[in-house]
Amino acid sequence: MEQRRPILSLKTGLVFLLPAFVFVLLFLIVPFVWIIIISFTNQSLTGVTALHPQFVGLGNYLDLFNFSTWMTRGNFGSSLFITMEFVIGSALIGQVLLGLALAVAFYRRKGTLREFVNTLVILAWIIPDVVVAFSWGAFLNRDYGTLNAILNAIGLGRPDWQLQYSLFAIIIFNTWRGTAFSMLLFSSALATIPPSYMETAEVLGATFWQKLRDILLPLLRGNIITDMILITLWTFNTFSPFLLTGGGPSYKTEVISIFTYRVAFKFFQFGEGGAIAVVTMAINFVLVMVYLFILRRQAVYS
Amino acid sequence: MKKQLYILVALLVTASMVLAACGATPTAAPATAAPVTAAPATAVPTVPAEPITLSIICRCVMGGNGESTAKWMLQYVIPKFQEEMTAQGKDVTVELVQFGGSDEELKARYALDLAAGSGNDVMAFDGFWTPEFASGGLIKPLEAIVGPTYLDWEGWAHIPTAVQQLLTYQGKVYGIPVGTDARVIWYRKDVFKQAGLPDNWQPKSWEELLAAARTIKKALPNVVPLQLNAGTAMGEATTLQGWYMAFLGTGNNVYDFQTNKYPVTGQGFLDTLNLYKTIYVDEKLGDARMQLLPDGRLLSFQGFRDGTVAMLVEGDYFWRSVLAKGGDAELTNRDALVGWAKMPAMSPGKGVNNQDFVTASGGTGFILNPNTKYTAEAWALTSFIFSKDSLNFFSTLQAGIRSRDDVPVPNDPVLTTIAKEMLPLTVTRPPDPAYSLDVSPEIQLMTERVVSGEMTPQQAMEAFAKTITTDVGADKVEATK
Repeated sequence: MEQRRPILSLKTGLVFLLPAFVFVLLFLIVPFVWIIIISFTNQSLTGVTALHPQFVGLGNYLDLFNFSTWMTRGNFGSSLFITMEFVIGSALIGQVLLGLALAVAFYRRKGTLREFVNTLVILAWIIPDVVVAFSWGAFLNRDYGTLNAILNAIGLGRPDWQLQYSLFAIIIFNTWRGTAFSMLLFSSALATIPPSYMETAEVLGATFWQKLRDILLPLLRGNIITDMILITLWTFNTFSPFLLTGGGPSYKTEVISIFTYRVAFKFFQFGEGGAIAVVTMAINFVLVMVYLFILRRQAVYS
Repeated sequence: MKKQLYILVALLVTASMVLAACGATPTAAPATAAPVTAAPATAVPTVPAEPITLSIICRCVMGGNGESTAKWMLQYVIPKFQEEMTAQGKDVTVELVQFGGSDEELKARYALDLAAGSGNDVMAFDGFWTPEFASGGLIKPLEAIVGPTYLDWEGWAHIPTAVQQLLTYQGKVYGIPVGTDARVIWYRKDVFKQAGLPDNWQPKSWEELLAAARTIKKALPNVVPLQLNAGTAMGEATTLQGWYMAFLGTGNNVYDFQTNKYPVTGQGFLDTLNLYKTIYVDEKLGDARMQLLPDGRLLSFQGFRDGTVAMLVEGDYFWRSVLAKGGDAELTNRDALVGWAKMPAMSPGKGVNNQDFVTASGGTGFILNPNTKYTAEAWALTSFIFSKDSLNFFSTLQAGIRSRDDVPVPNDPVLTTIAKEMLPLTVTRPPDPAYSLDVSPEIQLMTERVVSGEMTPQQAMEAFAKTITTDVGADKVEATK
């Protein structure tokens, strides 16, 4: 087999890579290393340890993984668990499933309804976070909110979304917020399926479920996996629930990003915050590795 | 070769994705700070000569929170100071940064600004932050910034040493206090009347306080009888207005000034936490919701304004700033509708220092940013804020207990009486960085765990004791009396 010659020699290639590499080094690798270093100290922004930080070894990590308090609300384990519920609820079940449902529902259809729904879903995606959070705050308010006004009118009372169902509220919020991405991704993937497949199946008298199971889902498999991993990554790191609940009440909605923020920027404990960030990075690293692995396997398939 | 390059690129991409993902957290800080900042931070002039721009930052917004302070700055301090500087042949412009967020958000902004070597030249500052910021090297004593000449200011002779203590840490003065305050029970006279309670009410024990609350609950089921601050959402308001006011009534102080230790366990804790449990969990005399939601403090203010909250334990700030004209919960006929009572000890004589009644004080002021480019002018501005005429002008906008003894207590019978009766009984917070760093936030969490029903008083106290012992060290904690 003939060896393909690269356009550039390795030397020239590295020269071209250099500017990008310097940039990456300065703004990504250096802070990354810095975070790892301070995670082994008790560095803080205020107080005595701001001027005289001490090396505490694995102390911060041992605190995070102190299993006697690990699942108490406001601690690392509890926050991880909440993040997991949030990701499964709003990303996997919410955004991916709803996005897929919307894409399939409007597959090979045209008309005002489709345009109308698409516009609404995309609008929810592109409005700035703060605006969205503000309107959702108004929407969910127990006493004056639109949602409870409707529920009350049909005799369902006034549930306390902010206090009693706060995690559920941010799950619904994030689903509403992010479904557009999945919907768009699946819609464009569906558009690439040759119409003849579906037409043949229809001639043979296949039901909707049979077409979905045997034609659409297998052909969308790669897209679904990519979508799930990307959405999981984003949802894992999203901070916008903070705008709605502030992580409360009583830390019930404190996902990992809000937990990190509270420790590092409300209590100014940089050392402990750094440790949380390192663990979070490790989790992200695994997710990204899975993503890259699957991408590569897909590339091999096609 | 190709494969190695691929791995290198893949690694870089991975690292950048991971970091981009993690980067979401740090960038959130400015994102939350941005919308609450009314005016952009001052651009520092590049040429240090000629025109000088100074900036003052405070939690003061025209048409919003702290409007009287904003008016004081915009109508008196800034124009008059600029005139004075012009007379001295200097071209000084002063800008006011109107910060609209909470105290906690302002504190976070200060810490980040100061650590980055920037920030506004003159900063409104809560006295109890001083130990934490000073020990962290973020703020500097006036002596270090201005030099020994700071003592030449005429105002020091008129500010009692005890009041100067508000912005002092380890014997060094960091700024000038505006005044001090005290905490009491505020109650709605009209609601009391409807419930058949006396107009001139003064409970002498917790039991009498609870009895009044029960009477209101029975007579007026739609009224929340009593709010005693709890929970992390309210920040320091929980510690000072809630915990301190109850805990002092058990004969203990949050910090033992004799032994220099923090009590972390004992009957005083259980009594106080049981009081919270009675109010919020067992008898629902208070609404725990207002203590748990992010905007709970405002909800309790508005509830009091609307007469749906009958009693609220708060500082005189509530009277002079929240219920006053232009406040967050302006009450039109405040003077006729609102009464106040001293917070009783658990039982007569059982309070701290064997007192029958208890209260706690804090105070705010203005400090000089050690990073200021124009030390002399910034100090001139700070001391100008505290000139006699300036404080007198402020008193016409908002009655209050002022730091200078040559500024008369304004014509407000309520504040005058509070100053006279409560200040002799008062306690202040410890001059120790661990208080605001560790102890106060854990107190807030301890109360939250009880009022939300997550833990029993015993469990909450044990969790508190464990955390504080780890944070401040076993040699700095003790049991209550």
